[in-house]
Amino acid sequence: MHILVCIKQVPDSAQIRVHPVTNTIMRQGVPAIVNPYDLVALEEALRLKDQYGARVTVLTMGPPQAEAALRKALSFGADEAILLTDRAFAGADTLATSYALASAIRKIQEDMPIDLVFAGKQTIDGDTAQVGPGLATRLEMQLLTYVSRIDGVDPDTNEITVQRRAEGGVQRLRTRLPAVLTVLEGINDMRFATMADMFRAARYPLVVWDREAAGIDDVGKIGLKGSPTVVSRVFAPTARAQKAEIITTQSEQPDDIVATLLAKMFTKHPQLRAAIRPRLA
Amino acid sequence: MTQPATPSRPAGRRKFELDPRFESYKGVWVFLEHNEGVVHPVSFELLGEGRKLADQLGVELAGVVLAGDGTAARAFADEAFFHGADLCFTAIHPVLAHYRNQPHARTLTALVNAHQPEILLLGATTMGRDLAGSVATTLQTGLTADCTGLAIDPENRSLAATRPTFGGSLLCTIVTLNYRPQMATVRPRVLSLPTRDTSRRGRVVAVEPDLAEDEIVTKLLEFIPDARRDEASLAFADIIVAGGRGLKRADNFRLLWDLADALGAEVGATRPVVQAGWVTADRQIGQSGKTVRPKLYIAAGISGAVQHRVGMEGADVIIAINPDPDAPIFDFATYGIVANAMQILPAMTAAIHQHMAALKKAV
Repeated sequence: MHILVCIKQVPDSAQIRVHPVTNTIMRQGVPAIVNPYDLVALEEALRLKDQYGARVTVLTMGPPQAEAALRKALSFGADEAILLTDRAFAGADTLATSYALASAIRKIQEDMPIDLVFAGKQTIDGDTAQVGPGLATRLEMQLLTYVSRIDGVDPDTNEITVQRRAEGGVQRLRTRLPAVLTVLEGINDMRFATMADMFRAARYPLVVWDREAAGIDDVGKIGLKGSPTVVSRVFAPTARAQKAEIITTQSEQPDDIVATLLAKMFTKHPQLRAAIRPRLA
Repeated sequence: MTQPATPSRPAGRRKFELDPRFESYKGVWVFLEHNEGVVHPVSFELLGEGRKLADQLGVELAGVVLAGDGTAARAFADEAFFHGADLCFTAIHPVLAHYRNQPHARTLTALVNAHQPEILLLGATTMGRDLAGSVATTLQTGLTADCTGLAIDPENRSLAATRPTFGGSLLCTIVTLNYRPQMATVRPRVLSLPTRDTSRRGRVVAVEPDLAEDEIVTKLLEFIPDARRDEASLAFADIIVAGGRGLKRADNFRLLWDLADALGAEVGATRPVVQAGWVTADRQIGQSGKTVRPKLYIAAGISGAVQHRVGMEGADVIIAINPDPDAPIFDFATYGIVANAMQILPAMTAAIHQHMAALKKAV
């Protein structure tokens, strides 16, 4: 079995700060990490490798620094890693991204056909969850998003059975490979990298592909040119005209502050009284 | 909150002129999502917003229903009319009884190609995002995910979709140039529900989907309903008490649960708290979690980063408890208490118990 895992290097958004005066992003010093949702996908792929035997290839598109993300994936046990990097990819939206990735995946398939493509639920920088569905459509593979559990793969019938998160419940679905799976957070715990894999990851001769190497002829399909959507403006949220009414009391005791707050609130918003429905202890 | 401050990258460098082949694309469409025989409320919220967009453009608003049987489809179409649609496209086929990507994407794509809407809106749910990503790719058009606001640019009649960016630190407005339809997904509870008017009528346009079960590769083996309906209860809770990193330790979340029990409220949390494992991911509120619109939102130890704010600022009344008087949460909360939440929460729980006891006595 050949499993491909798509990963992305993202800024650790928990550490992004906005300059209070200029309202611009302060990028300096924000560490780059592997998108946390992609690590869940990678772990799921590695578990299939443990169970059924598989070659696990990781693929990322990004600037040359994204190499670090691939080496991280290798240290967890991925077998191969390919970095798709070219200035022509810059400014891609989800449609242009899935085009470039799908082209690279077809190129990888020339070497060995792919049975499963894994991706994270979404990234923490874009939050779109669109590249997975885009890849399945372009590669004409079956799409299973928000997978919460892989029940099993049947190598004889070439089928996979999964549980998929839906509104109000879980769908149990069976499909034929090849398929694209995006997996939900919290369904596994990432393994620890072994010392041997860490050494291997550090020494691994990374495969680096530019646009041509990925077999992309049409530059109109990638990067900014291949993106139907454009950002027309970026802005900081403005404060509401009305700031919070700060509740204080002379005593500064929690009990007094809370009593003042509740009295004020129930007078001004009497409808809230009816909203309180205590649960029995 | 969506007032532009600093325009950074003008879109003016690229042309807005529409290719003649897209000139026939008219109308605003809303995909009606339904699960187990019930229309998802996000579809009604989208119809409410779609109505405004359609009126501004001077075009019709249509619902799109894909269903397994005609009776259900007819009932869903009526609901679409009650919530503002002028017409409703219905595609009925047994293959469409349960959601699967392949038949739904194929049917919706065929509908778009045949009837050519200029705007297509879907809920940013597990179904809507799965479907929208596939359909937009096949149609080779633009799709903006998880929008928090939709508007029509009066200059060029294009859809201006606003969403948080950079992990929720800033907002951006995205337009689709020279491609149709312009697609967007919007999360449940971001938009308000329109009034349901049962006197409204519309026309049903029935289409025959070209489907056969043996062509569909993915099979549904079973549907396992959730035992706990946490998702629904958080998104539609009247009162939510939420905690952030200011609560310092996972143990301190107990104080929130106590208050939640006293109020009959749901417990929510910020992303850092969920990432730290203090509460489960289904309680996360914000850009990468859920959007909520409760009557009362109590934010304890939450600074009010945009990532969190976009998920809860639709609350009617917001109480913020934070020791930092300069925390951004005080810029948009209704009431603020500048103090340590670990001291205020128990006092509030006791006060609510007293309040309820007093009410009981009065009765």
